[in-house]
Amino acid sequence: MTQKLIIIGAGMAAGRALEHLFEEAPDTYDVTLFNAEPRGTYNRIMLSPVLSGDKSFDEIVTHSAEWYEGKGVTTRFGEKVVNIDRSAQTVTSDSGDILAYDKLIIATGSTPFIIPLPGHDLDGVIAYRDLEDTNAMISLGDEPDAKAVVIGGGLLGLEAAAGLALRGVDVTVVHIMGHLMERQLDDAAGYLLRKALVNKGISVKCSANSKEILGEDGKVKALILDDGTELPCNLLVMAVGIRPSVALAAEAGLATGRGIHVDDQMVTSDENILSLGECVEHNGNVFGLVAPIFDQAKVIAKTLIGEEAVFENKEVATKLKVTGCDLFSAGDFAEGEGHEDIVYRDPARGVYKRLVIKNNRIVGVVMYGDTADGNWFFGLIKDREDISEMRDTLIFGPAFQGGSPLDPMAAVAALPADAEICGCNGVCKGQIEDAIGNGATTLDDIKATTKASASCGTCTNLVEQVLAVTLGDDFIVPAAKSVCGCTDLTHEDVRRLIKSKQLKSQPAVWQELGWTTSNGCHVCRPAINYYLLADWPLEYQDDAQSRFVNERNHANIQKDGTYSVVPRMWGGITTPDELRAIANAADKFDIPTVKVTGGQRIDLLGVKKEDLPAIWFDLNQAGLVSGHAYSKGLRTVKTCVGSDHCRFGTQDSTGLGVKLEKHMWGSWTPHKLKLGVSGCPRNCAEATCKDIGVICVDSGYEISVAGAAGMEVKETQFLCKVATEEEAMEVISAMTQIYRENAKYLDRIWKWVDKVGLDWVKEQVVEDLETRQALAERFEISQSVYRTDPWAEHASKKSEIYQPVANLALEAAE
Amino acid sequence: MNWIDICSVTDIPLRGARIVKTAVGCVAVFRTSDNEVFATSNRCPHKGGPLSEGIVHGKAVTCPLHNWVFSLETGKAQGPDEGQIATFATQIIEDRVLLDASELATGVAAE
Repeated sequence: MTQKLIIIGAGMAAGRALEHLFEEAPDTYDVTLFNAEPRGTYNRIMLSPVLSGDKSFDEIVTHSAEWYEGKGVTTRFGEKVVNIDRSAQTVTSDSGDILAYDKLIIATGSTPFIIPLPGHDLDGVIAYRDLEDTNAMISLGDEPDAKAVVIGGGLLGLEAAAGLALRGVDVTVVHIMGHLMERQLDDAAGYLLRKALVNKGISVKCSANSKEILGEDGKVKALILDDGTELPCNLLVMAVGIRPSVALAAEAGLATGRGIHVDDQMVTSDENILSLGECVEHNGNVFGLVAPIFDQAKVIAKTLIGEEAVFENKEVATKLKVTGCDLFSAGDFAEGEGHEDIVYRDPARGVYKRLVIKNNRIVGVVMYGDTADGNWFFGLIKDREDISEMRDTLIFGPAFQGGSPLDPMAAVAALPADAEICGCNGVCKGQIEDAIGNGATTLDDIKATTKASASCGTCTNLVEQVLAVTLGDDFIVPAAKSVCGCTDLTHEDVRRLIKSKQLKSQPAVWQELGWTTSNGCHVCRPAINYYLLADWPLEYQDDAQSRFVNERNHANIQKDGTYSVVPRMWGGITTPDELRAIANAADKFDIPTVKVTGGQRIDLLGVKKEDLPAIWFDLNQAGLVSGHAYSKGLRTVKTCVGSDHCRFGTQDSTGLGVKLEKHMWGSWTPHKLKLGVSGCPRNCAEATCKDIGVICVDSGYEISVAGAAGMEVKETQFLCKVATEEEAMEVISAMTQIYRENAKYLDRIWKWVDKVGLDWVKEQVVEDLETRQALAERFEISQSVYRTDPWAEHASKKSEIYQPVANLALEAAE
Repeated sequence: MNWIDICSVTDIPLRGARIVKTAVGCVAVFRTSDNEVFATSNRCPHKGGPLSEGIVHGKAVTCPLHNWVFSLETGKAQGPDEGQIATFATQIIEDRVLLDASELATGVAAE
């Protein structure tokens, strides 16, 4: 028979414990979950990003009411438990309901400590604990000239202050100790942190004792310090600490001290009552960090199903990010007998590192500004490693030990498999490597399989580095990436600067934008060449030597060094004369393979490079031109037969396809561009997986964009519907041009639209008729240069470069 | 040494290459940004890609098939790849490019 389990509190500890319980034994218990907050479980650590506006509340919900319902949990959110009757094994809620339990978990967490200053009960005096507090701070940001005081210069207080400052509030932090975050930082690092906060416009008062809170009409007005200073404020946040919430347990007669006493199995002094999280005390310790609490969640789930498990309190390092300042601290860094310091400072960069050594072992570390090596040092503390051999270079981190070369990845590569990467969820490097071995390739995969970086997110960089070290080139760090090793600028930066600085040649780009190489590399050269010709069609001369081989030779190179030649068939329409010319060329040049392509034309494969100008000349004679099957440019416009022949056709889709192709051929785009025009919604031209697709309907033309049918398969998204062919042509020209002017080189339309959003594109191309027209006009200016057949030009003027410059083989034979 | 006249420097595109057919295989003759000329085997040791079709940058060329990068001076593959292409002596005399025919006949270019 299923037993009844009641849980009081739906915080992170309870959410995690239930998750483990349902994984291990989903049907053992009939669960009822009480929560005083009227909502499910969210990641409390992430309230700071919600306050600063980086995340929405929805994004930090870990277990919603729906999640619990899906697991069969009866939720009583917004309802408090007011009494526990241990002899009857029942709880009483504030609604008066009495429920029986077989097992009870107390997960009441902690209560923020409110200093009982005069005026602490005024309206506008809050703690920083839950969503209500966060919302109160957010709404203060909407008021003009808002002022706030934060009492408490610990992590929570500083995050509150930083978030308020970001919201435009004038903030003062009042801290009773001599420097900020004195439990995690020494005074030097505290000084750097204070300086960084002051630079962000936050006032900081250390060694400051609060005396009294002044009010007006029941609302907070100012804080008075004991030296008489008056700090006016509309909101006063007390972030001076938390206390385990033990009242309910104590009233029920359970053993409590600072917290509710629990044993190694998380059982309280009553065998049917368990407890975990910030409300417990274990071997004299109470808990505030997530990592040990998540360990407790694992143990409590095991205990509930009768399996043996032991909770061990491990030493935890603190790696924090306060308002963009990286901090790391671990171990004991107080001055003490036999403690020796190794200190590194780089004032200009705001970097401070201090190692505390005792008996040739690191016992403590404090880092500020550059915390990349923190986990390595922490590993040395935990393993009690003797550091005397590497003492001289120890402070420079793992990259400098054993003569290994300087490499930003080396620190991560050097970490042992049991090095902890994600402190919140207790995930070590080896587990991440295992997940990668099982097929994880992205940060999201790692989050989904190991939970690493799924809580506070400060280890995200580290997880990405483990991915990069393990996967090598297969992992692309998702953050803004520079174009290549020649520059630190991103593609977007370069595009913007080319326009704003009016850079019109590659040497101008290299010089003005500080390229570190003399003339680029194979990665940046094609990109810069494209950006220049797209932005300055009349001034810039396309550089063949900055093109990939296919675009330089106007044919596709094959693995054996021969080429394929694809003449254009406008809208997929051909004639017997064209087919005869293709057949003759295939015979004459000994073409081994003739293939019909997916783009409704014919591919001649296996052409020798020397023969290219001659075969082009022959094809030109029959009126055939380059199909640009090799280009990051307009490829094909695929059509169906439409109203000319088809009994379902609503418009002349073939005719529109031919017009579009004749209008757009020869244009260069960031990546290849394929169009489709279908004569009716039966969509025989497969227009809805093209970069730009048109579906003809009785009343006009439905234009959609951003489809894909390659490694990704995506349906196009609706852009607009127009009544006439002329409008369709203009919208498609404008769409192509806005993509040409803005996208990163080698982004297909779908990828680019994903980044900028379809709404933005619609505003420019559909809604704002002037912008649409201007875009279409700029496309036409570019086309006045590029709407031409490169085959004809190369066959007549450049055929010699397709030949060897000399043939010594013949001379040798003679 | 048997220097023979191959072509004018300007017959080779700036930051580009042309090929010379020899009894022992194709040799790629590169012209860099600074109008220096280098000659190497045309064949990438990885999958046989034609190096003369690669993008020339600095004193290096990138193979068009899989982006291996070779130093034109030493013939060594750059970065993480390991490989070596043959290099041949060149001379420029009054805008004419000269190669050493005796070196080309020894067969090192066959790769």
